[in-house]
Amino acid sequence: MASTNVVRDEYSPLVDLEHSHEHEHAPFIAHHFYTAEQQFDSGKLGIWLFLVTEVLFFGGLFVAYIIYRYNRPEVFIDAHQYLDTLLGGLNTIVLLFSSLTMAWGVRAAQMGDNKTTAISVLVTMVCAAIFLGVKAVEYSHKWDLGLLPGNMFSYDPHAEHPHHMISDYLILLCIPFAIVFVVTALISILNLRTGQTLAGRFHGGLAITMLGFFLGVVVGVVWNANMISHEEHGEGHHAAAVGESPVRPVSYVADDATSKSGAADASPATATASNVAHPIDKSLGVFFSIYYCMTGLHAIHIIGGIIALSWIFYRSLAAHWRPDYFGPVDYVGLYWHLVDLIWIYLFPLMYLIR
Amino acid sequence: MATVTQKQQLFGHAASNHYLDASRGVMSWIFTLDHKRIAIMYMYGVIASLFLAGIFALVLRTELYTPGPWFLSNAVYNQMFTLHGAVMVFLFIIPSVPAIIGNFVLPMMLGAKDVAFPRLNLASLWLYWLGGIFFIVVLSTTQLDTGWTFYTPYSTSSSKTNVIAATLGAFILGFSSIFTGLNFIVTINTMRPKGMTWFRLPLLLWGLYSTSIIQVLATPVLGITLLLLIVERTLKLGIFDPAYGGDPLLYQHFFWFYSHPAVYIMILPAMGVISEMLAVHCRKEVFGYKFIAMSSVAIALIGFLVWGHHMFTSGQSELTSLVFSAITFSVAVPSAVKVFNWLCTMYRGDINLSTPMLYVMSFIFLFGIGGLTGLWLGALSTDIPLHDTYFVVAHFHYVMVGGTMTALLGGLFHWWPKFSGRMYNEPLGKLFCFFVFAGFNLTFFPQFIMGSLGMPRRYHEYAEIYQIYHQASTWGAFTLGIGIFGAVMVLVYAWFFGRKASGNPWGAATLEWQCSSPPSFHNFEHRVIVSEPYDFESVIYDESVDGYIPVIPKRDLAPNQQPATATH
Repeated sequence: MASTNVVRDEYSPLVDLEHSHEHEHAPFIAHHFYTAEQQFDSGKLGIWLFLVTEVLFFGGLFVAYIIYRYNRPEVFIDAHQYLDTLLGGLNTIVLLFSSLTMAWGVRAAQMGDNKTTAISVLVTMVCAAIFLGVKAVEYSHKWDLGLLPGNMFSYDPHAEHPHHMISDYLILLCIPFAIVFVVTALISILNLRTGQTLAGRFHGGLAITMLGFFLGVVVGVVWNANMISHEEHGEGHHAAAVGESPVRPVSYVADDATSKSGAADASPATATASNVAHPIDKSLGVFFSIYYCMTGLHAIHIIGGIIALSWIFYRSLAAHWRPDYFGPVDYVGLYWHLVDLIWIYLFPLMYLIR
Repeated sequence: MATVTQKQQLFGHAASNHYLDASRGVMSWIFTLDHKRIAIMYMYGVIASLFLAGIFALVLRTELYTPGPWFLSNAVYNQMFTLHGAVMVFLFIIPSVPAIIGNFVLPMMLGAKDVAFPRLNLASLWLYWLGGIFFIVVLSTTQLDTGWTFYTPYSTSSSKTNVIAATLGAFILGFSSIFTGLNFIVTINTMRPKGMTWFRLPLLLWGLYSTSIIQVLATPVLGITLLLLIVERTLKLGIFDPAYGGDPLLYQHFFWFYSHPAVYIMILPAMGVISEMLAVHCRKEVFGYKFIAMSSVAIALIGFLVWGHHMFTSGQSELTSLVFSAITFSVAVPSAVKVFNWLCTMYRGDINLSTPMLYVMSFIFLFGIGGLTGLWLGALSTDIPLHDTYFVVAHFHYVMVGGTMTALLGGLFHWWPKFSGRMYNEPLGKLFCFFVFAGFNLTFFPQFIMGSLGMPRRYHEYAEIYQIYHQASTWGAFTLGIGIFGAVMVLVYAWFFGRKASGNPWGAATLEWQCSSPPSFHNFEHRVIVSEPYDFESVIYDESVDGYIPVIPKRDLAPNQQPATATH
């Protein structure tokens, strides 16, 4: 009789859920979820949907790329030669490796091995920072040459290009990372001195990440210096590109305008005239518009990834992960793989055009 | 079994400790994670935007009372209709039904305590406010005159107004919309309690689910487009600029790839609201439940393939126009499925002509006109003379205002007992519903006529033969304004002084009516009893709570059969 009473009470709609004991919460389950599985599945579906929005966000840029390339294939073939395939390839390898360490970290979190998770995530962060460092060198080098987006494009293939070892732009890009490095390193030392191991290790990790950025910068600068010395011997990739004068002396815009107006006989005259008036072909700038938009947005996502990863790094140090609770590592890992994947598409589309 | 006081606690008017007074202070609202409070705060913003953009509309209509210029300069006139459109679209109509009614009702309808990601929900609300601030910046600086569509190259090179602030605002509002949609999809997928199967979901949830799919898939494209527009305007990128070999039409493709599906973001949740109210106030199971549910999904999916019908005259190829026109026609099929199913639901129903039901009937009538005139605009031959005339203006106002806004007002009346715990004044509610319906038709029906006579849209001055229609339209606009203002005032009055409502005053069978009115912080004080959403036998009137309570199904005290023991 007593047991049937219990059954009835349990299934009666009038049982107050807040006071019933069937609903014991583990500390990591938010109040509105019933089970750890439900919470994990929600998070997983949520991050996948977020990735879908990210793909569509980049999708707009990819469509712009496709349309511009379809309309003006010659601009892409000419302009891509100014991109450094080897630095881009190096970055590709760095990101692929970071995906490996990220996956390693997720696996470790699933096993509840917080120490391995922390180390793997830290390596991932360092790789992300190396990527940014190399990218900073690439960007600043192009800015020096005047390979700028759209209307600001001012590259003149025939002009003398002073090759600075370290460009002013590069120093500007380095300043924020240097500040973060100094601050986190100081906080880390202070924390470790006062016995706050967790905070000390966390800030130490951030400082190491910033060092990764400078490692990337050094690699890029050394590579560029090699290029310049090769160029002086007239056998480097860059030299070849400039020597063959990839920028054709015809303005594509003028070309197009005249052919549309149908004045075929006037076209050579117009082309020559505009040639003299505008020696710099702005339509190459649109390639760099697309290049900076896509790689810039990607770089912003890398920075966002570093921030998210540092949160995971902190929680790994605090040993939050256990076999029934590792969702956040998984979610951030998925995000990180997507960021890598976008680069895997960007690299051939931008650097490897033939 | 349950005593009378227990019943009153669970299914009656919540005396205390409901979501509105669970905690106090401004901070408890700004930092709340409760989906109900978030919905209420959305409501303030959305209604304020409605009034603001409504005032712009009245100013425009007053100016158009005479054929010549009256009290607005050409520039101010352009800014007025731009801001009317932009504020209405981005701040009012896109968030309206999902953010207010969806946020409030969705978790309760589902039988959940909250949406899957309460913090993300709060982030959506903050982004909405932030986007609103950008529009206030636009209003208080140089304003905006590009039209709400921000077409290039005018918006990137010619306009002297604050395009950047407006597009940034729209960009931020887009993210608010994405997060809401993402949250709803995850909530409906993972937060359903036992017994809540996919085909037991109330139709509003199907509508919101379809809407959310569009929000997640289409809005990011708007986001990147607006970013490109901003960078184009500041740095002269050239992607949309023919001077550099860019393509200005690309902007239109990007924009309508979002903004046509966005039309369904506006109407699908409204259709869901209509399905709910219709069943409850006709006290009859929805006719063709699965067809209505699937037609929402169908509209959402087909809606992605029709954006080119906004560009029939923009210079795309004839073949492209032809294909887009054909696909546009196919959207009419699921829309008609809905309308016919609604009519069949009403047929031989026990129709209760309450205020929400009057709004439902207005909706069906106005959406019928708005939808059918859409076919004229989707047909290539008729679109060529009709495009950019008042016919288009009338068409989309019939769908957006006659559809979505009517559904929003009706939905607010229907769920007001749940929002506030109070009943509204029924006669006054009906009176202002009549004002809305009459005023709306008087405003926009003449616009069909003058549009077909050739009156172009967005013109500041017009030929005198159109004056009679413009005057009718202006009178109608003020009647509509009185109707909307009055309806909102009826609701505001009810919030403070209305008769106390029980948990389920309408006798509805969906789960949100199993909570007390207003609901407690965790929504359900009891285990959720999931039944068919439109099985009106599952609730029974109970005098002690002055409303309906669920019929508790009889159960065998002991199982009839022993479970088979597992063998190893």
